[in-house]
Amino acid sequence: MLWNLPYIVVVLLAIIGLATILLKRNLIKIFLGVSILTSAVNLFIIVLGYRENSIAPIYTYAPSLNMALPTPQALCLTSIVIGVATSALMLSFAVIIHRYYGTVNVDEIRELKE
Amino acid sequence: MRRELSVLIMIILAIFLFIMAAGFTFGSPLETDMDDYFIMNGQEQIATNNIVTTIVFDYRGFDTLGESTVLFTAVIGVALMFRMIVRGDSDENE
Amino acid sequence: MSKIVRFCADMLYPAIVIFGLYVIMHGHITPGGGFQGGAVVATAAALIIVAYSYEEIQGMLSKFLLQIQESAGLVMFAGVALIAIGLGTTFFYNYLANSGLLFGMSVPFGPNPGELNTGGFLPLMNIAVGIEVWGGLAIVILYLLSGIPKEGT
Repeated sequence: MLWNLPYIVVVLLAIIGLATILLKRNLIKIFLGVSILTSAVNLFIIVLGYRENSIAPIYTYAPSLNMALPTPQALCLTSIVIGVATSALMLSFAVIIHRYYGTVNVDEIRELKE
Repeated sequence: MRRELSVLIMIILAIFLFIMAAGFTFGSPLETDMDDYFIMNGQEQIATNNIVTTIVFDYRGFDTLGESTVLFTAVIGVALMFRMIVRGDSDENE
Repeated sequence: MSKIVRFCADMLYPAIVIFGLYVIMHGHITPGGGFQGGAVVATAAALIIVAYSYEEIQGMLSKFLLQIQESAGLVMFAGVALIAIGLGTTFFYNYLANSGLLFGMSVPFGPNPGELNTGGFLPLMNIAVGIEVWGGLAIVILYLLSGIPKEGT
């Protein structure tokens, strides 16, 4: 199993993120779980584009021409920026919810709404 | 009850994902034609050393345009929400 | 914070800004680019905010100016791409590459030391996106800080 250890790490990260989202009751921790899930997806995209003994696809003083695939790296750049935007939005939602309900516990918020 | 159900779903999903992950082979991508084209011709067509920047801003420029719009929209949303809060506070203080 | 922290923040602020601008400007020949450099420059804003309090920061970082900066970055990004339509080619066509004009030098194939005056409109795009990310992240940090209640109240 050691030859595809990065894929195992991706699955572990995804399961940790899902468990955080499903089992925790604190809004901030749920948002952290979403961030961990985003990291798992980013790692998966990067790992898909790796070639054996390759270097980054930049020609400035490149030691060899065996380069990793550039397209997954570009898509991962997009994914990281969108993750940053999403987490900023989610954290400000958490601030607003704490302002209005006085708590960030999901169960208490549900009781307060009814 | 819902906790146990979600734990069960997660365990099933974990087994499924581990079986899938064991099928991949690390270090040898299957289809590399498009990326080889970018690596071989990007330097000549766009005149840049950094192939990733070439793809981000030129070959897939529409992608980056949408991404910038997403960032802009998220910042506008944050600004709207917090402006609401700050205004509410000043109303309370007055 | 204390006077030592404020002094160190003041000393580090220009260095961080210059490093971020370097990452933005050399995005087409070294690892980095607009997003990464913009994030580095926004870190300088975060450092200044941590060292001083929210009330003292009002005169140094203006939310209005940062919003103008962010919008200007997005408009510049779309505008540079739109010029290509005016020249009779397709949207996002790299009209400056290999032209001999600004950023128009061509590079030989294979590993080379790298030349700043290459890349067509990629450096312009990097600058536009860097400006946008700088303004956007600094605004997010400022607004998230403004949601915290004041000390002592």
